[in-house]
Amino acid sequence: MELILTPEEQKFRDEVRAFLTANVPAEVKEKTMTGYRLSKEEHVSWQKTLYEKGWMAPSWPVEHGGTTWTPMQKHIFQEECAAAGAPPVVAFGVVMVAPVIMKFGTQKQKDYFLPRILRSDDWWCQGYSEPGSGSDLASLRTKAVLNGDHYIVNGQKTWTTMAQYANMMFCLTRTDDSGKRQEGITFLLIDMDQPGVTVQPITTIDGSQEINNVFLEDVKVPVENRVGEEGKGWTYAKYLLGHERTSIAAVGRSKAQLARLRDIAKVEQQDGRPLIEDEAFQKKLAEIEIDLLALESLVLRVLSDESAGKGPGPEASFLKIRGTEVQQGITELLVEAIGNYAHPYVPEAMQTGWNEDPIGPEYAASIAPHYFNWRKASIYGGSNEIQKNIIAKAVLGL
Amino acid sequence: MSFAFNDDQKLLAESADRFIQDDYAFETRRKIMAMDGGFSREVWSQFAELGWLALPIPEAHGGLGGSTVDTAVLMECLGRGLVLEPYLATVVLGAGAVAEAGNEAQKNAILAGVAEGATMLAFAHVEPKARFNLNHVETSAAKDGSGYVLNGAKAVVHNAETADTLVVSARTAGKATDADGVTLFLVDRAAAGVELRSYPTIDGLRASEVALKGVKVGADTVLGEVGAAMPVIETVADRASVLLCAEAAGAMDSAVKLTVEYMKTRVQFGRPIGEFQVLQHRAVEMLGAKEFSRALTYRAAGVIDGANPRVRSRAVSAAKVEMGRAGKKIGQEGVQLHGGMGMTDDMAVGHYFKRLTMIDMMFGNTDHHMRRFARLA
Repeated sequence: MELILTPEEQKFRDEVRAFLTANVPAEVKEKTMTGYRLSKEEHVSWQKTLYEKGWMAPSWPVEHGGTTWTPMQKHIFQEECAAAGAPPVVAFGVVMVAPVIMKFGTQKQKDYFLPRILRSDDWWCQGYSEPGSGSDLASLRTKAVLNGDHYIVNGQKTWTTMAQYANMMFCLTRTDDSGKRQEGITFLLIDMDQPGVTVQPITTIDGSQEINNVFLEDVKVPVENRVGEEGKGWTYAKYLLGHERTSIAAVGRSKAQLARLRDIAKVEQQDGRPLIEDEAFQKKLAEIEIDLLALESLVLRVLSDESAGKGPGPEASFLKIRGTEVQQGITELLVEAIGNYAHPYVPEAMQTGWNEDPIGPEYAASIAPHYFNWRKASIYGGSNEIQKNIIAKAVLGL
Repeated sequence: MSFAFNDDQKLLAESADRFIQDDYAFETRRKIMAMDGGFSREVWSQFAELGWLALPIPEAHGGLGGSTVDTAVLMECLGRGLVLEPYLATVVLGAGAVAEAGNEAQKNAILAGVAEGATMLAFAHVEPKARFNLNHVETSAAKDGSGYVLNGAKAVVHNAETADTLVVSARTAGKATDADGVTLFLVDRAAAGVELRSYPTIDGLRASEVALKGVKVGADTVLGEVGAAMPVIETVADRASVLLCAEAAGAMDSAVKLTVEYMKTRVQFGRPIGEFQVLQHRAVEMLGAKEFSRALTYRAAGVIDGANPRVRSRAVSAAKVEMGRAGKKIGQEGVQLHGGMGMTDDMAVGHYFKRLTMIDMMFGNTDHHMRRFARLA
């Protein structure tokens, strides 16, 4: 089901498409489509290309360097980027911390950090989860003690995605544990390039290392790097969570992956016919495509509410649940599609510069690792169980 | 038909479970995975001493003549510990094919060696374009004097690099997917023209792409009748499938236990997460999935020895479908209920998840066996 576009929207789509065709490097496109790991330089280089075009932060207000795009235009842009194999913009800066700084930060913080985020001068990571505080985030214990014009921070953060690349962390810390747990949390912006910050990689079940433990030992954070008021960090964190939803749904990416799945199912042969002609497989493809269409429809509604000035409501939690279910469903079908070649584990094949012959079809190497890796999606960003708790409480009043 | 273990089976399960518990801890397994060939020769010798390698081998050839159910009992225990040693490749597939189709000389030459732990085998049947169609054999065996010359490629052959002998299927007549015209050969792994490209699998095992480039073999290497190997291959694959389901039953058992243990100890919102009813129900679903899969697996294992091919294949397909669905549920939910910890390489649950996923992809996935079950109705 195609979106019905106005002539203006078609023109916009063509402009975006032409830009992407001309600017996404072939190797980067290939890596993005197959799910191979991009280097930090590849991410940053692409984001700088977007910045120069003025498209780094379409959702930001114009005064900070955003666009005046309609929700439909933003959606078209996301979809075209995914279809063209453009690397997804790393969300921690532009999508996550920036809206918090805009809404609750000081003028000085806005003037300093926002342009740096736009230019990808800083790489941000998210200091939320702790070993004892996952779904129950408000129980976090990383301590920040005010000492003159600095906070001294001690504790451990975990599951910190791409912390190995980051020089800045937005971090939830505990400044008070006397009252309600949610009331003693403070939102700090921490410079990672200082003594006392140790990043230790965690190997995940697919063998990759993109998440980390981050140890904070007597880390100094100037008071001017506190966002908003002391003890109000939980409110800001919740505000941020609302902003994450439409991007976490990853509709464009799922569409591109679904197209890839179809291509592979046309090549894979089953009993002398392409797999895509198998009825059971067709049914599964259709189910997931319909799930994705419904997801896209809800994303468009939420975007349109947002542009009408309404913040995303709790129903946006559905976007995370359905979005990750669709993503995981596609990775599952990809594994089915490649049959016996799901077995080989050749991580070198996913590295830049590996030029040996593939084992089995060349598209196979990343598929099973990706399936296992993508189980994270229903766990991170507030597990899908937590999303349901939020809906039960905030929407249904249960 | 008995649904209870007999005394021998109980003893076997006890000793195998004790071995896994005492000698095959998760960290030990990790070390073994890094060894040459991906398994421990020492552990393999222990298997021989314990009589496990002899278990399904006929008594006339140095074995214990155990039934498929007996072997399933052992495989279930091996599954609990995610054992890496090539029991399936050597004992179930390789020796299974020799016992099924070999002549006296071949059985004498190979089976006692397998039972003692001296001989290792691999089953080189599946081909790159075959997917799950067992009939799909493009590898050719052309007559060459009194012997044959083999040319072709075999895909994802588990434990080929450490095998002494490969059981290779090749076409002596017919087109690529004909049921007739396939012949089995015993091929020395070190023979000229046998080229291996070996790699780890995502579930921690070892496998190889095997290229056969003008491999010359004598007439005495033909296993069974020329051109009539498909019934043998089907029998061996069916038995291996049901034994994989038994391995999966053990893996599911461990994955459920680990998850429940985690739920009892992981505290969030001031209490163990196992106290949340919504999670309790999910753990219950996992347990149920395992119980149904295990029950059907043992039923199939009890049916297949000597059964006619339709009854056998239908029983195996049913077990494989149930296992595929249960394995997916238990693997995915096991990780989910562990939260972020479940995603880490340090926790065992993810390794069970990977093995269960890959067992589904061996000898036909859930969809494949669903189709076969329906077709054989």
